[in-house]
Order: sequence, then structure tokens, then C-alpha cells
Amino acid sequence: MSSVATHPDHGAHAAAKPRGFLRRWVLTTSHKDIGTLYLLFSLAMFFIGGAMAMVIRAELFQPGMDFVDPYFFNQMTTVHGLVMVFGAVMPAFVGLANWMVPLQIGAPDMALPRMNNWSFWLLPAAFSMMLVTFFLPGGAPAAGWTMYPPLVLQTGMAFPFLIFAVHIAGISSIMGAINIIATILNLRAPGMGLLKMPLFVWTWLVTAFLLIAVIPVLAGAITMLLTDQYFGTSFFSAAGGGDPVLYQHIFWFFGHPEVYILILPAFGIVSTILPAFARKPLFGYTSMVYAVASIAFLSFIVWGHHMFTVGMPTAGTLFFMFATMLIAVPTGVKVFNWLATLWRGALTFETPMLFALAFVVLFTIGGLSGIMLAIAPVDFQYHDTYFVVAHFHYVLVSGSIFAIMAAVYFWLPKWTGVMYSERLGKLHFWTSVVAMNLVFFPQHFLGLAGMPRRIADYPVEFMEWNMVSSVGAFAYGAAQLIFVWTVIQCMRGRGKPAPAKPWEGAEGLEWTVPSPAPHHTFHEPPKVV
Amino acid sequence: MEREFTAPRHGPLVRRCLVVVVAMFGFGFALVPAYRIFCEVTGFQGFIAADGSDRDRGGYVGAVDESRTVTVELVASVNGRAPWGFAPVERRLEVHPGALVTTRYRAVNETGEPRAWQASYNVAPGSAARYLGKPECFCFQRQEFEPGEARELPVTFIVNPDIPSHVKTVTLSYTLFDLEG
Ligand SMILES: [Cu+2]
Repeated sequence: MSSVATHPDHGAHAAAKPRGFLRRWVLTTSHKDIGTLYLLFSLAMFFIGGAMAMVIRAELFQPGMDFVDPYFFNQMTTVHGLVMVFGAVMPAFVGLANWMVPLQIGAPDMALPRMNNWSFWLLPAAFSMMLVTFFLPGGAPAAGWTMYPPLVLQTGMAFPFLIFAVHIAGISSIMGAINIIATILNLRAPGMGLLKMPLFVWTWLVTAFLLIAVIPVLAGAITMLLTDQYFGTSFFSAAGGGDPVLYQHIFWFFGHPEVYILILPAFGIVSTILPAFARKPLFGYTSMVYAVASIAFLSFIVWGHHMFTVGMPTAGTLFFMFATMLIAVPTGVKVFNWLATLWRGALTFETPMLFALAFVVLFTIGGLSGIMLAIAPVDFQYHDTYFVVAHFHYVLVSGSIFAIMAAVYFWLPKWTGVMYSERLGKLHFWTSVVAMNLVFFPQHFLGLAGMPRRIADYPVEFMEWNMVSSVGAFAYGAAQLIFVWTVIQCMRGRGKPAPAKPWEGAEGLEWTVPSPAPHHTFHEPPKVV
Repeated sequence: MEREFTAPRHGPLVRRCLVVVVAMFGFGFALVPAYRIFCEVTGFQGFIAADGSDRDRGGYVGAVDESRTVTVELVASVNGRAPWGFAPVERRLEVHPGALVTTRYRAVNETGEPRAWQASYNVAPGSAARYLGKPECFCFQRQEFEPGEARELPVTFIVNPDIPSHVKTVTLSYTLFDLEG
């Protein structure tokens, strides 16, 4: 299975990289190159999905704007969601796992390098398919990223493209997850027991199990959509005895674990970065591991909180409400452990630390608005308003994406061999954090006042906060250009050379290899003490 | 202690992961019958057993409870703006629990072309759904109509005497879905 077996004499050309674009990048089986590809792909998708967000915020700048056609606005919200979830955040985490999991556990590569190549290259295929729908008659999917029937079945020519794109992206995720599981369980350096693994590795192991458990459920749901549309089945069609509400149950059975797929690796990143810049070991390592595992378990039994207003028996409402609120317990354990890690630490505030600290504060705000939404009677007021939009952007932008940014700044010296510009990094952080709050904090107010989401226009009384939100969005978008420039400079080798361990307080095997990490690492397994 | 990195065999672990993947794909589909059973048992969403089968307590055969009457309201609606006339022949019936009752719905093709439809039904309140059995009905079957044709379609149902005494009225609603559009 392992392609490493075909290179018994790797020592002779340990430093050599394959030559030529095709062999270096297209046919690569190196976890580092594939990690880079994933991260660059994710960055491209972040900007494509971000451009759609700019269109959305431009349309919502004032009531009655008519900047774009309302139907096109619906395409923007739909594809923005799909691209950001499946194209930007998930591949970014897989890219980080590719780069860092083998380095953190002392493995020479991923367990299944050729499958790794495959799982990456499926992604450009999937998203070309999804984005090409903008040029089809009838345009892109516009029924929301959740693809609820019967509305989604009214999607024109884009419908099969949408389904197959999600299928292919899902297959890619499943293959990536299996690879990560095999790497972590089979390739740890001698002496690295499960409870010695860095938390990023732990969170990814749990995430990978979530992926193989719920992506197939999503695949089943959209397959049923496909057969309802083309093969005369009636899974969700009331005319044939089906029920569209069933789709929502299946979708959210996938959907709630999916939100933890989008946040657990972020927990791992923050648990790595806070101790490094507090110069203290992580407080409560074991409880962190158990908290992640219990969050993952609970995520399977709370999906109904997305459907309170759809209607369900009172017992069901109560069950889903209390089960959801229970998740606050392990999540609270994590937040308090992070705070305890910082307590009396010798803190310094380099860019990764700033993003990680902002994560702790802002993710917690998103978590608290989540608890508000979990309260069923309250949810009847908040459901489908901008309050929900504010909630999930606090956990996804200032949660997942801030953690990804933190990780990139933290490990960029290891990847490129040069230090990024701390001045630009800090500028990126401060503009991002201010802009992000300008975009999303006012959306809480709009939602509480009753502004519904997914609609291209609104009554005049919502104007002021929408303007603030839109201005914040444009600023946030512009701030990300600083990030791109900073990364490009590092990729071109512009900057101070980075030592093997650029962060004084950082721990872990990845800092024992030189910067930039050589093409082959850990062919001799390291000793773990 | 030198470990050989060329050796680890990933096959068994990968196979176990694939079993999970396949099983969860199947689980998604298993939710379809699971949901139907859940709805039939609880009456949630107004489902009743599709064919009055044994599992459905509405499919009762036995004594008629003459001491009680339940009002059954019949409702018809056409999904969207399809060109169909559709209405119950009798709008409300007083029935004794346990008695087999037959009534009719009338459908008219209002176009000059041959056309077809199919109907679904629903019972309200949901808590009464499991006590309404329908041994015979036209639902979920394709109904073909000639241009301008009008036809009456029979529905046979039975109210189970176990129906809770606080339920005085049950609404049986049919929705017609045009199949051409
Ligand atoms: Cu959820």
C-alpha cells in the first residue's frame, strides 16, 4: 500500500524534489506539497466565496438598491455558503492536517500518499463543476446551501451539477479523512502514545471520524434529491407520499456534526498556539481530549435544533433543546482550560497569538448566541433572521477562519523558511478583527428586530446597521489582501530566515526539523520522550 | 529500537473505515422507513398507514360503536395553480366509530388536453391520524383524465372506536398534484 516501499534507497536522494511542474505538483505524493496545494486552493475559494459576500453586502447596503437582480442575490447567498463550507474552510483544515500531522507525530508522510493526491485533485473538479453553473441558462443554484426540497428541485440545469459537485467534494473529504485516520493510528513515532499526541492531531482524529460518519449521510440525502428529480422516486415529494421535512432531518443529521468538523481542528490549533505564546503547558490536556470526544458524540443527537419551527412533538423539542445546551458543558471546559493556560503566563502578542486570543473571545460570543438559539421558545423569534447569520459567522469567521489564519502565521516559517512580516501580520489582524465585528455584531440587532435572512431587500428601519455591516464587509475583504501579500512574500523567500524553532515557547516534533521543512522528514522515526 | 517505515499495513484499518462509510450511506436511506414508522406511530405530520395494513390500528374490523358519533370533515385542495376542479362530494359526515364509510371526491380536467394527477392526503389533528383507517383510496396513484372529463373517485374509511373521546372532529384532507407541469 505504501508507496514509500518502492524507494528503499531514499536516503540517497532525500533532499531531491521531483522536477517539472507536472511531476512536482500534479503527480505529487508528498504530504507537504499536497498540504500546500490544499491551502492555496482554499485561499482561492476564500476569495471567490468572499467576492460573493461582497455582492451580498453591496446589495444590502441600502434598501431598494437593486444592485443585482434578486434571483442573482439568491444565487450569491447559496453558492457563498457552499463554497465557504466545502471549498474554503474544510480544505484549509485538510491542508493543515497534511502539512502538520505527519510532522507532529514523526511520520515520514501520510499513510496513503497516492490516495492523498487523488483526494486533493477531486476538489478543483468539484468546484469547477459548481462554479460553471453561473454560465448555464438559469444560473447557479439559488435554493440555499442547505438544498431543501421542494425549492431546490426547481433549480434548472444547475441542479445535477450541484449534486455531483457536492458528491465529489464529499468523496474527497472521505478519502482525506481515511488517510488522516490511517496516518494517526498507524504511523506515530515509537513512544507517542495516543495521550501524548498534540491536540491538533487529536482534534483532527475526532474530526476525521465525524467526516466518515456523516458525509455519507449527506451523500445519501442528495442522492435522494437526484432520484426524486430524475427517476420518479418520492422520498421528499408530497405528491408521491414522501415528506420534504424528512430531507431536513437527514440533512441536519449530517449538518450538526458538520459544524464541529468546521470547528474541532480550530480548537486543536488554538490549544497549540496559546501555550506557545503563554510559555506554559496547556492546562488540562486530558480534559481537552475528553471534551473534544464528548462534543463529537453529542453532535449526533442535537440536529432537531435546526427544525424547531418546522414542528415536532413537544418531547422532541425538549430533548433537542436540552441535548444542545449540554454541549455547552464540554465547550465551556475548553474555554476555561484556555483561560487557565493564559493565567500568569509570560504572554507575548505575535500575530498567531493575536488571532488565537481573538478566537477565544469571539468564538465564545458565537457559542453564547448559539445557546440562545438552542432555547426552543426563543428560537421561534430568532429563526431565519440575521441573528442566526450573526451567530454562525461568529463561529465560522472569528472561529474557524481566525484559527486557520493563526495556524498559517504560526507555521508559515516552518513551511517557507522565512519569517513573515510581523508588522503586516499585525495590521492584518487588527483590520480583520475590527472589520469582522463591524460586519457581524450589528447583525445581532437586525435579527432581534426581525430582519429575515436570504432576502435581497429590507424595510428602511434596518438601514443604519446594514450600512455599518456592509462597510465592515468591504473592509474585511480588503484586509485579506494584506494576508495574501504577506504569504506571497514568504513564498518568494522574502523575509528574515527562520530558525528551526522560531517561537520560543513552542513545543512539538515539527520544531525539531529545519525551516523550511526539507522535502523528506522523519524517514528515521524520532525518539519521543 | 529502529522501526521500519516501509512495512505498516493500512489495509485492515482502511477497510474498517470503508465499512463505516458504506454503513452510514445506508443509514441515510434507513431513515426513510424509520421516519415513516415514527410518523405512523405518533401520528406526526398527519401520516396514516398507507394501505390500512395491520400495523395501522385504524384498520379495525369489529363492532360499530353506535353510542358515539365523530364528525369527519373532508377537504380538497389543488397544489399550485393547476387547471383542475377538485372537491369532495360531501363536505362533512357524522360517522359512528367502527362503521365502514364510503364517500367520493370529484375531479374535473378543465383543459382541452389529456392530463394526469396524483394526490396525497393528510389527517388533522395528528393525534387522531392513527385512528383513521383507509382500506381504499385513490391517493398516490396516477389518475389519467381525458380532455374535459369529470369523474368521481371513492374513498372508504373507518374510524377506530379506540379514538380518544375528546376527539370530536377529524379532518381528512386531499391535495391534488398536477403531473404535467
Ligand atoms: Cu446544529
